[in-house]
Amino acid sequence: MTTFLHDTATIFNREFRPSLRNPVGLLFDMGQPLLFLFLFGSLLDGAVGSSWQWFVPGILVMMCLTGPMSAGYTLLVELIGGALERLMVTPLNRTAMLVGKTAKAMLTLLVQAVLIIVLALPLGFELHAVGVLAGLVQLVVFGVGLGALSFVLAIKSAPGGTLFYVVSQSVLFPLLLLSGVLLPLETAPAWLRMLGQVNPVTYIVDAQRALFAGDLTAPSVLYGTLAACAVAAIGLLWGNRCLRRGL
Amino acid sequence: MIHARGLTREFKVKKESVQAVRGIDLDVEAGQLVAFLGPNGAGKSTTLRMLTTLLPPTSGTATVAGHDVAREPAAVRARIGYVGQRNSAGEDFLVRDELVTQGRCYGLRTREAAARADELLDLLDLAPLAKRLPGTLSGGQRRRLDIALGLIHRPDLLFLDEPSTGLDPKSRAEIWEHILRLRTTYGTTLFLTTHYLEEADNMAERVVIIDGGRIIADGTAEQLKNDLAGDHIVITTGTAQEAEAAARLGGGTAEGATVRVRVAQATAALPGHLRTLDAAGIKVRTAETVRPTLDDVFLTLTGRSLAHDDVPA
Repeated sequence: MTTFLHDTATIFNREFRPSLRNPVGLLFDMGQPLLFLFLFGSLLDGAVGSSWQWFVPGILVMMCLTGPMSAGYTLLVELIGGALERLMVTPLNRTAMLVGKTAKAMLTLLVQAVLIIVLALPLGFELHAVGVLAGLVQLVVFGVGLGALSFVLAIKSAPGGTLFYVVSQSVLFPLLLLSGVLLPLETAPAWLRMLGQVNPVTYIVDAQRALFAGDLTAPSVLYGTLAACAVAAIGLLWGNRCLRRGL
Repeated sequence: MIHARGLTREFKVKKESVQAVRGIDLDVEAGQLVAFLGPNGAGKSTTLRMLTTLLPPTSGTATVAGHDVAREPAAVRARIGYVGQRNSAGEDFLVRDELVTQGRCYGLRTREAAARADELLDLLDLAPLAKRLPGTLSGGQRRRLDIALGLIHRPDLLFLDEPSTGLDPKSRAEIWEHILRLRTTYGTTLFLTTHYLEEADNMAERVVIIDGGRIIADGTAEQLKNDLAGDHIVITTGTAQEAEAAARLGGGTAEGATVRVRVAQATAALPGHLRTLDAAGIKVRTAETVRPTLDDVFLTLTGRSLAHDDVPA
């Protein structure tokens, strides 16, 4: 366990250091959801009359989907370049490697979350601290799993890399739309709602909305947590297997 | 240091299995410098990747630095260094930062890793580049950084995959200087692949030749050349008839006005050979002795030349 933490910290340090050297990029990353919140949020507010309470957790889930994908991209670059091979010859814990690489995206997510919540407060967002904390923990678990899955995708698409772009681009958007992050699924036709029900992100989104509303005991919270844990378990197991089978 | 038995590796390429390595037995003692020589696609890198735990063998076993690569990969990793064919350093990271990270990957504390990083920056003449990004380094500098990354934990055994490929002659000489110094200073066992014949010939005390996934020769460069290729005397005469007469008399094969004859020690045999021909009235116009190269060895073994590399896979 200590090696795992040590190794995760090693990889996280490595990934985070370049951002400290170039904090402008970090600021852009962290400020990005604000654009969504104000442009899209205001638009939606008029259109479907949904509240910030509904919209803020959705934005966070969206950020949680894109962050780990960009982590997969950095892995792909290092896989093609040779740096990953060098790290794989060291005794570095493989799971720590997967988690450490996603950790930067997760830290960014947490800062984004704080920023959004602080800014949404004066707009009428009601803060349920315990629920929000639980929600963020759930998102981090989900994000680590997604990160590991995007690493699997990166490994499968080496050495060319085309597969990575094709799959990540074509999977991300339907996954988002079908989860009800941006627009509520209640008004959607039946076949669309059915697709939404097999989408794990839907459960996360529902759970997040319940948690952000302070409803910790809602059944959707349980389903969301299960979905997050399942994605994390599958991602880490699969990622580990890919690394063990050789790059 | 290395004991491999029946090592094989298959790859699935479009549902067809391709055997990249077909049963390799290899023993390398501590302190040796072994060059693994072979054309592209011969299985050099695949073998190296199995020995360094990057790739599990399809069958066979290998004990590296005292531990089994399949059963105790972590123990093997802790004891070996590896310098891959591509760039070891990530593009976003400063030279010194990558060295410190590498040290921490081997379990060093940050302070130890930093001290070791500075030591290696000095050792490999990289100190002025500590705060640079890898992308701003020259090919030779990058290669030295790769080697520094492979040495951070003072391994007893270092694998290098084509350490000098793609470098200009001066950088190649520098890299070799560093590699050889490792050996004399620390007694590091070195196992490297190369397709530069003259490098294997000049630098390694042992040359292992691989082709089609099998080891086809193993020995010192001298042994291989003497046993498998041998010295030649090459003479030219005035006419083809004279050349044929010379071949009948002194052995060898005539081709046009040129005669090639294999002898044990060409420089010692040449004067006598010329006297014999002279006594028979054959006028020799030019005469030279030819020492074999490792390429001649490869040619004898496979019927192909290594110098014209690309072998169909």
